[in-house]
Amino acid sequence: MSPILELRDLVVEIPTRRGVLRPVDSVSFQIAAGETLGVVGESGAGKSMTGTAVIGLLERPARIASGEVRLAGDRIDNLSLAALRRIRGKRIGMVFQDPLTSLNPLLKIGDQLAETMLAHLPISAEEARARAIAALEEVGIPAARSRIDSYPHEFSGGMRQRVVIALALAAEPDLVIADEPTTALDVSVQAQIIALLRRLCRERGTAVMLITHDMGVIAEAADRVAVMYAGRLAEIGPVQSVLTDPAHPYTRGLMASTPMAQPSGERLHQIPGAMPRLDAIPAGCAFHPRCPVAQDQCRLGETPTVAGCGGRAGCWLAAQAQVAA
Amino acid sequence: MTELPQDRPATPSALARAWDSDLAHSFRRSPVTIVAAAVVTVLVMGAVLAPWVAPYDPFDPATLNLMDGFTGPMTPNEFTGNTYWLGTDDQGRDVFSAILYGMRISLFVGVAAVLFALVLGVALGLLAGYLGGWTETIIMRIADIQLTFPSILVAMLIFGIAKGLTPPEARDTMAIWVLIVSIGLSDWVQFARVVRGATLVEARKEYVQAARLIGRSPGAIMLRHVLPNVLSPVLVIATIGLALAIIAEATLSFLGVGAPPTQPSLGTLIRIGQGFLFSGEWWILAFPAATLLALALSVNLLGDWLRDALNPRLR
Repeated sequence: MSPILELRDLVVEIPTRRGVLRPVDSVSFQIAAGETLGVVGESGAGKSMTGTAVIGLLERPARIASGEVRLAGDRIDNLSLAALRRIRGKRIGMVFQDPLTSLNPLLKIGDQLAETMLAHLPISAEEARARAIAALEEVGIPAARSRIDSYPHEFSGGMRQRVVIALALAAEPDLVIADEPTTALDVSVQAQIIALLRRLCRERGTAVMLITHDMGVIAEAADRVAVMYAGRLAEIGPVQSVLTDPAHPYTRGLMASTPMAQPSGERLHQIPGAMPRLDAIPAGCAFHPRCPVAQDQCRLGETPTVAGCGGRAGCWLAAQAQVAA
Repeated sequence: MTELPQDRPATPSALARAWDSDLAHSFRRSPVTIVAAAVVTVLVMGAVLAPWVAPYDPFDPATLNLMDGFTGPMTPNEFTGNTYWLGTDDQGRDVFSAILYGMRISLFVGVAAVLFALVLGVALGLLAGYLGGWTETIIMRIADIQLTFPSILVAMLIFGIAKGLTPPEARDTMAIWVLIVSIGLSDWVQFARVVRGATLVEARKEYVQAARLIGRSPGAIMLRHVLPNVLSPVLVIATIGLALAIIAEATLSFLGVGAPPTQPSLGTLIRIGQGFLFSGEWWILAFPAATLLALALSVNLLGDWLRDALNPRLR
């Protein structure tokens, strides 16, 4: 079966006065039906930009320079705006970061749900309303029948994010892109929201691209994880193997700097330095100036991509380890 | 998950909710605003109901008696013995009735001109803010250029051009409409600028992205999602713009390029009256001028209150 979402060497470019920036550089991955791919990385690593490129909402002057985006086998990166409009929303849903601004403050939530459904499903207005109530019940809004006529400001942040999830799933999409869906929420409701998103997508066989910088969320919700650094894919693989046995030094650093439940009494590890600016990405491996195990070859030429353990990593060290094995 | 009651508390009636709203509350707490609202209400009622309220019909020459001319306010005429509240003008026309009818024209022109400016400005501002690019550049540069001229000059220019284009026999009947268009065209820039700014903010919010994502057309997004969210500053500008439009109309009429003498507005009355100021018949000028002042000031005060009441930072 072909994957729901497939990226092949996706490159996003932003032409500027100081040269062409590449916030997303040769990113490839696949997401199968019902699978959740977590995408992690620091701010500015290109996580959100990748998501935006997939749904075709890149703001000028950013543009897809090369590569392919395939949805269930069909290319969608080169579609006309009208064609894109037909498939977006119907086949791709989106959960945004801030539930405060992702709902129109002047429309009742029921009307917003119905608007999405009517735009893509061949149903009547009454049917859309009935389905909207069902959708709200499904995401755990109590008293959905009366709450459907409430305005967004009458909900708490967590409840609002539930509405946003209902909205993203309203047209029964094949793929949901969740861009930091828990960042704006209380810690106490983050787990609920993640569990809800995961359960609903599992049940429907919806593929999920979960963008976050929270390793805890990834460990909890994702089947596979993609680690991004400076616009490139550092490592991708099953959550278990990436979290317990990272192949890329950046992932290792990221894991070491994640707080653990059992405090070891030591100071939290930090990766020295900062991610390079987009206009000053070093040659060779983008991570080498911060890498504790960098070698001469890391500063030159292209880094090899090594497959193994059900995933792959872009690192010389991993390549050498494989040769030795 | 805790169980919440299935029914929400009984919704109070619309009237009770309006009475209890923040807006009504801030209105009740501002005596100046209450007075201004009362003045506006009285003046508007008088203007709308002029045919029934006014003691005379100032436009019916048959009822005018030249012997009644130049009667002072509240004093009996020395020839006919008739008394007029606010006196009469040179032709024996009742000043009070003339003011009521004049206000009708002033208010009608003011409201229509603001509505025209509002529709035009909001539409152009929305297009400029949402579409950006060349659309925005063209619209906003035209707005900038127009802002370099005093709006009364722009209105006079448009009025002159329009008058030249209308056939001479239709000039008097068309004058009011030409006046509305010229004041409206001189006033749309404010609306366009404010709406463009608010649109830039709103269009960046995620609910607009979400609407784009579900495939709504740009037109539908602008009308259904962006427009309702940028309207509250428009309400404030429209109120203050109404006062400005009434003054602009009076200015044009005072300069003799506005409402024709057959349909005198407040400005026309003031122009007629100023000729008699130095011969001692002060009331022909003073009462229409005072009415204009009261009307413009009250509308302005209402606009100021609305601006503060709708600004969440000043609550």
